[in-house]
Amino acid sequence: MTKMKNSSKLYLVLIYIFLYAPIIVLMVFSFNSSKSRNVWTGFTLNWYSNLFNNRQITNSLMNTLVLALVSSVVATIIGTLAALGISSMKKKARTLAINLTYIPIISPEIVTGVSLMLLFVMAGVGLGMTTLILAHITFNIPYVILNVLPKFRQMDTHLYEAAQDLGCNGVQAFFKVVVPEIMPGIISGFLMALTYSIDDFVISYFTTGPQSQTLPITIYSMTRKRISPEINALSTIIFLIVLTVLIVMNVADSNKQKKINAMNVRRESL
Amino acid sequence: MKKGIALCVMILMMLSVALPVFAEVEVEDAGIYEKFKGQNITVNVYNWGEYIADGTDGAMDVNAEFEELTGIKVVYNTFPTNEELYAKLKNGSVQYDVIIPSDYMINRMIAEDMLLPLDYVNIPNAQYVMDEFLNLEFDPRNEYSIPYTWGLVGVFYNKEVVDKEDLGSWDLLWNEKYSGEILMFSNPRDAFGIAQKLLGASFNSENKDEWDAALEKLIEQKPLVQVYVMDEIYDKMSGGEAAIGPYYCGDAKVLIEENDNIGFYFPKEGTNLFVDAMCIPSSARNKEAAELYINFMLETEVGLANTDYIGYATPNQRVYDALDDDVKSDPIYYPDEATLANTEVFQNLSPEMNEYVSQLWVNLMGTSANGNNSAWMVIVLFIVAILLVVIVVLSRRRKKKREEY
Amino acid sequence: MKSKLPAVPYLLWMGVFTIVPFLLVIFFAFTDSSGRFTLDNLSGITSYIPVFGRSLWLALVATVICLVLAYPFAYIISRIPSHRQSIFYMLAILPMWMNYLLRTYAWMTILENNGLLNRFLGLFGIGPLSLINTQGAVVLGMVYDFIPFMILPLYSTMVKIDNSVVEAAQDLGASTWSVLTRVILPLSVPGITTGITMVFVPSVSTFIISRMLGGGSWLMIGDLIEMQFLGNAYNPNLGSAISLVLMVIVLIIMSITNLFDDEEVGEMIK
Repeated sequence: MTKMKNSSKLYLVLIYIFLYAPIIVLMVFSFNSSKSRNVWTGFTLNWYSNLFNNRQITNSLMNTLVLALVSSVVATIIGTLAALGISSMKKKARTLAINLTYIPIISPEIVTGVSLMLLFVMAGVGLGMTTLILAHITFNIPYVILNVLPKFRQMDTHLYEAAQDLGCNGVQAFFKVVVPEIMPGIISGFLMALTYSIDDFVISYFTTGPQSQTLPITIYSMTRKRISPEINALSTIIFLIVLTVLIVMNVADSNKQKKINAMNVRRESL
Repeated sequence: MKKGIALCVMILMMLSVALPVFAEVEVEDAGIYEKFKGQNITVNVYNWGEYIADGTDGAMDVNAEFEELTGIKVVYNTFPTNEELYAKLKNGSVQYDVIIPSDYMINRMIAEDMLLPLDYVNIPNAQYVMDEFLNLEFDPRNEYSIPYTWGLVGVFYNKEVVDKEDLGSWDLLWNEKYSGEILMFSNPRDAFGIAQKLLGASFNSENKDEWDAALEKLIEQKPLVQVYVMDEIYDKMSGGEAAIGPYYCGDAKVLIEENDNIGFYFPKEGTNLFVDAMCIPSSARNKEAAELYINFMLETEVGLANTDYIGYATPNQRVYDALDDDVKSDPIYYPDEATLANTEVFQNLSPEMNEYVSQLWVNLMGTSANGNNSAWMVIVLFIVAILLVVIVVLSRRRKKKREEY
Repeated sequence: MKSKLPAVPYLLWMGVFTIVPFLLVIFFAFTDSSGRFTLDNLSGITSYIPVFGRSLWLALVATVICLVLAYPFAYIISRIPSHRQSIFYMLAILPMWMNYLLRTYAWMTILENNGLLNRFLGLFGIGPLSLINTQGAVVLGMVYDFIPFMILPLYSTMVKIDNSVVEAAQDLGASTWSVLTRVILPLSVPGITTGITMVFVPSVSTFIISRMLGGGSWLMIGDLIEMQFLGNAYNPNLGSAISLVLMVIVLIIMSITNLFDDEEVGEMIK
């Protein structure tokens, strides 16, 4: 099964074209000299410079980043502690807790958004950055838990006791032994929370106030007005950033893999 | 002598550096705008989209000028319809200082205690609003609002697609020849209003049957409608995506002046006259700063910049006087007496009627363009499929358990 | 480490921000604007049965198409030699990280009457097809936006199917069809069920896709809800009732897919 059939190759290409055609169209027309989305009239970089001068966009970008960072950090802390507590629970309590964790994940976003809006309205809390952060933390925590909990299960529980035998107290043992073991889960949970937060539209739409518009919300309001190719320019930039991040992650991953392989080879040759 | 020249040069240089700090806008009484300087205050403004001169295409950036003049920061958001403004404000969750709704919505918000009375001591420029736009029915003593723009609704059409014989009436929007090329308002009052005019009913009827008839007319139209829009119309018509669309006459500034092939007319059955006015919602945190903003909007230069950029007619006497003659005499922006006489203004309806209209609107939106019968079948099939799956899986599990013994 | 205390902040948070909002939705669903108990909201839903039917149907079609397209795709990629696999996988997942508002907007450009697709077809003399603002466009939008959520779990499961299993089946004389139905298919069931859930739930509850590609002519459940809270027909009670029904539908679908699947969903989310 080492050589791919031509039909398979063709199929892959078709699917990739389907996935990327709209994105490429967006990118191409971000350089279009007229406002038209369909007719190419010439090359220009105007829309990119307009983008940087557009105060609404730069404000919402700042809002989005602050929101994502704060909510992810808090969610990671609460989620990691929760995973710690849950892994110590007996089976019945643990199943209950895990099912509780699934509720925000499986709920349709619009129901989560609407229910949170009702909560804030009934509590008399004005919608704004605070409510946004609270909402984002709420849907981020489950993702953190789902990333960290399996690490607890994979971990050897005797390590903790061994550390204590060697003289550490509980807290020291936790930080010196447990945390390094679960760190990959913490990091992947944090990154996942960050991603979902940056990309969220529906829940933010229902819980945001006038001064805390996020980037997806600004994009949405842009599509309801006179269309400007600034949207295309924005898409291109986002795409390039995401591409870069994924390439870097991939390279870092394969570098790590190469190092591990090299170490294994050295070990075997001893 | 040399020292004198050096001094002059230095002063000139300082002035040239200092000049940009002063706002470019000439205002009636600059003193009142100094009040909040350095206090780090913000006003949240909620206005229609594309409804202010924002600095593009060489126009004044009104919000930026206000910020420079007063030191008050402006956070500016837009809404697409009066009803969405209402929904956002009604549940009390968001805080705005200045909002600019239309006549009937202002009337509704007054009735529901959602606005604060204006203190005209802080809005001296209000005296320049023309008499014919003051003391209107929706706010009889202008206690809560002061007009911003006004206009009429009409039909924009693509001259290259639509035949001349078909023009002149609202029924162009029901003409099957242009199926798929027709745009329609995406808000209840404007959409039902057109149907009501065609049927000869009033916009403000409290008669449920008349509204039901209007709904029937709109459902009849639905298969011909390409899409229900508000501001998306600019893109659709200038791109040639759609050939016919009802919208506000002020938008001729964008649609007609930027596209040679788009025309406009006021339908013979009559149309809607609207006034959009500035108010302060009860959630406002900085009432005086809000009033300052409203006063600024009534400055002559600001009003001129706005009406020039957005196209809509001004209710401000001094702004009107300063307009070019060809704008004043343009029948699209400033319609003649006969057209004005053939208009009706939206009023707020009774609470029961408002609820009824909401329901009708959802019904219209939810109606399938090609019949609703299949939906029931889908639901039934779904339930049957679910039951079958459950039965099959459960019986398989029971079999497995039995085999384990 | 046997303490369950660390989980307490999490449990409190979920209580306040997930359970309470959900109870509020139930409360609003059964009351009218003055707070009195009423069943009118629920009975009012019966007039929107067409909308529910349409949403279920379109979401179902989109889910099936996603499954059919993604299944061979995931399989082919899972068979690529592992050192090159990650690039293909990354390219398939990359669109998911681009804001889905932008991706949906991109399709508007392509499908419009003067859009690129119609211009392309025009070169061959095929008249402008009415592609946008149709149910087909909405389904296309759903498939495009959510297919990465089908590819991801399918790929995760298929990657675990060892080549030797497939080869063993072939050695035992199984035809390609048998290999597919009796080896690969049963082993990939966890991925299929996760994928179905992750595509169906957002599809049935979307309002952006139906608004941008359906033109307001094909109202879906999400549009209905949005209208009642932030849209042109303000009625939070009715909106809550519709949200409740939506939640019930989602729970039913999830319990059904769970019947097929004994493995924990958590592992798939990565």
